Amino acid sequence: MAKFSKNDDSLVVIIGSGAGGGTLGMELAMKGIKTVILEAGGRHGPQDFVNDEWGSFGQISWLDKRTTSGDWRVSRDFSGLPAWIVKAVGGSTLHWAGASLRFQDHEWKARTTYGDVKGASLLDWPIDGKEMAPWYAKAEDHMGTTGTNGIPRLPGNNNYKVLAAGAKKMGYKKFHTGNMSINSQPRDGRGACQQIGFCFQGCKSGAKWSSGYVSIPKGEATGKLECRSNSQVLKIEHDKNGKVNGVVYADKDGKVHKQKARVVCVAGNSIESPRLLLNSESSMFKNGLANSSGQVGRNYMRHMTASTYAIFEKPVYMYRGTTMAGIIQDEAINDTRRGFVGGYELETLSLGLPFMAAFLDPGQWGREFAASMEGYDRMAGLWIVGEDMPQSNNRVTLHKKIKDQHGMPVPNVNFSDHENDIKMRNHAWKQSIALYESVGANKTIKTPPYPSTHNLGTNRMSAKASDGVVNKYGQTWDVKNLFVSDGSQFTTGAAENPTLTIVALAMRQAEYIAKQMSSKAI
Amino acid sequence: MRVLNKKAISRRSFLKTGTVTALGLTIMGPMVIGKNNAWAATFKTLGADDAATLIQMARDCYPHDFLADKYYAKVIEGIEAQAGKDKAFKSMVSKELKKINSSAKKHYKVNYKDINRELERTDILKKNSKSPLFKKVQGDLVVGLYNNQEVWPKFGYEGESASKGGYMNRGFNDIDWL
Repeated sequence: MAKFSKNDDSLVVIIGSGAGGGTLGMELAMKGIKTVILEAGGRHGPQDFVNDEWGSFGQISWLDKRTTSGDWRVSRDFSGLPAWIVKAVGGSTLHWAGASLRFQDHEWKARTTYGDVKGASLLDWPIDGKEMAPWYAKAEDHMGTTGTNGIPRLPGNNNYKVLAAGAKKMGYKKFHTGNMSINSQPRDGRGACQQIGFCFQGCKSGAKWSSGYVSIPKGEATGKLECRSNSQVLKIEHDKNGKVNGVVYADKDGKVHKQKARVVCVAGNSIESPRLLLNSESSMFKNGLANSSGQVGRNYMRHMTASTYAIFEKPVYMYRGTTMAGIIQDEAINDTRRGFVGGYELETLSLGLPFMAAFLDPGQWGREFAASMEGYDRMAGLWIVGEDMPQSNNRVTLHKKIKDQHGMPVPNVNFSDHENDIKMRNHAWKQSIALYESVGANKTIKTPPYPSTHNLGTNRMSAKASDGVVNKYGQTWDVKNLFVSDGSQFTTGAAENPTLTIVALAMRQAEYIAKQMSSKAI
Repeated sequence: MRVLNKKAISRRSFLKTGTVTALGLTIMGPMVIGKNNAWAATFKTLGADDAATLIQMARDCYPHDFLADKYYAKVIEGIEAQAGKDKAFKSMVSKELKKINSSAKKHYKVNYKDINRELERTDILKKNSKSPLFKKVQGDLVVGLYNNQEVWPKFGYEGESASKGGYMNRGFNDIDWL
């Protein structure tokens, strides 16, 4: 395992170790490029993950102070917790459920496909499905995605069987147990899924892919990658020519260090990445680093989400087995006859009893709520995930007064639904309620969005420098040796869970960075 | 389908309950004690009366008739502990309880916990739902009650599964009624 000097100015420094940063670190190291990942959280793995929702929440979640505003219900019910993401080596790939879906071709061209949607700041991505296809294939192979590379799909659990029976009754055609980066059979030195459940709490068997215990160790094995945990970056610094040359970070004791760098890649998730760029303002970059467009922090997307839970006469035990055990894709199309642009996926989801109490209908109490909880073992459930509209004022900003434990302004996340999001959510609730009623549900519950897990768009990719923060390789328009490597570079969100696309983009970016470095362009 | 018996008492929780009862007998002696007196030993700061009111409030928030008072009391113990450490908090609790009781007396002529009908008690809670005390009780309870592993079997939730080999051979796909 490499250990690099803080004065080594030949390094690529990656901030964050999740789907983007962890993958990029592995790829660069495999190309022989000396790389250090600075990760704000600690290192955890299958050996110390716990099958305990609140216990795990305390162990791996990002719990540093954040504030919220806007009309979303999360801001009312969980005002200090806009996002349900992870602060640990592996980032939110410890928490993710494993769904690995490719964007559909039309989703790369949202502005062209959907037209001028009032109030939305839609753009086309400067890349397309054809360009991304080989990178998707490489990502699926690395992650061991079921339904690709000859890897069989996982068996469906009880929750999936209810979903599938309802899907059939509804006349849906495209439903199956998903493309999941969870081993259905031993592969890549990791065993097969034991249907433990608790996918959100870090996979105890290691069957689920995570950058934390899969990709980063592969990078470390080359001797070219150092993953420095408990190192929270506070500021990116630059030289007088406007090139970045290092980062300032705090260690676990709060002691501040400087790490020199040849290239800096920001991959701290869509809240922390713009926060860091905005906090790295200087006399040369008065509005924050890489922010000549004014787009840093804007166009925050979180996917149009919600859940539907249905209570039956007989037991389901939806918590047994994988958390996300199957998917219906028939509604993930662009059919404006439904009253909105874009589409959504229906994916099974379960929560344990403790989280069900917290999230089923936050703030509710009394006999009706208690009765729903008493139906817990007879519940089936699904998560709705659809494309939401980017909006300029849905944004991450630095709080003017409140600072974190290191003296860095906390981020405020402002979000309000677009009319299109609301119409899509209502359609999805209607369809999923009809689905569960078709197989005998006695009661259905519309569960509002959880704190965001898919945080996207706050440093978006654009064809023109004035429209976004980064170019088609995630390289910032303003600073050529500064990159964005996480979901914040998403131009639009598509209907699919974002992790596979983040990994594919990181692999593609690694090749670009290696070429730029060898040609001395950066 | 592997169906759980939600009414079964696990050996572990049986032993626990047994210990608590045995201990109670040792301390209290073999006398007949009322519900309120039972809380006097646990809730030294709040006092038996306020504790009983809070426990009733807790039950009215999340009324599960198959759960004994002790599960609600367990969460109120957190409020007891905080009241023991924080004077301002303690005075907030007693001030807010007075308000809730006077609201109960105004509408139903008796203190909140002495109102017999749940609908009438929840009417008082709804009228006082902005009270910081009510918010505290509700917030603590929604986490504390449902995170108590002793109640999980009663809801048909099995909890930790990795040490048992997951559900691969324990019914993850055994639904038989669809």
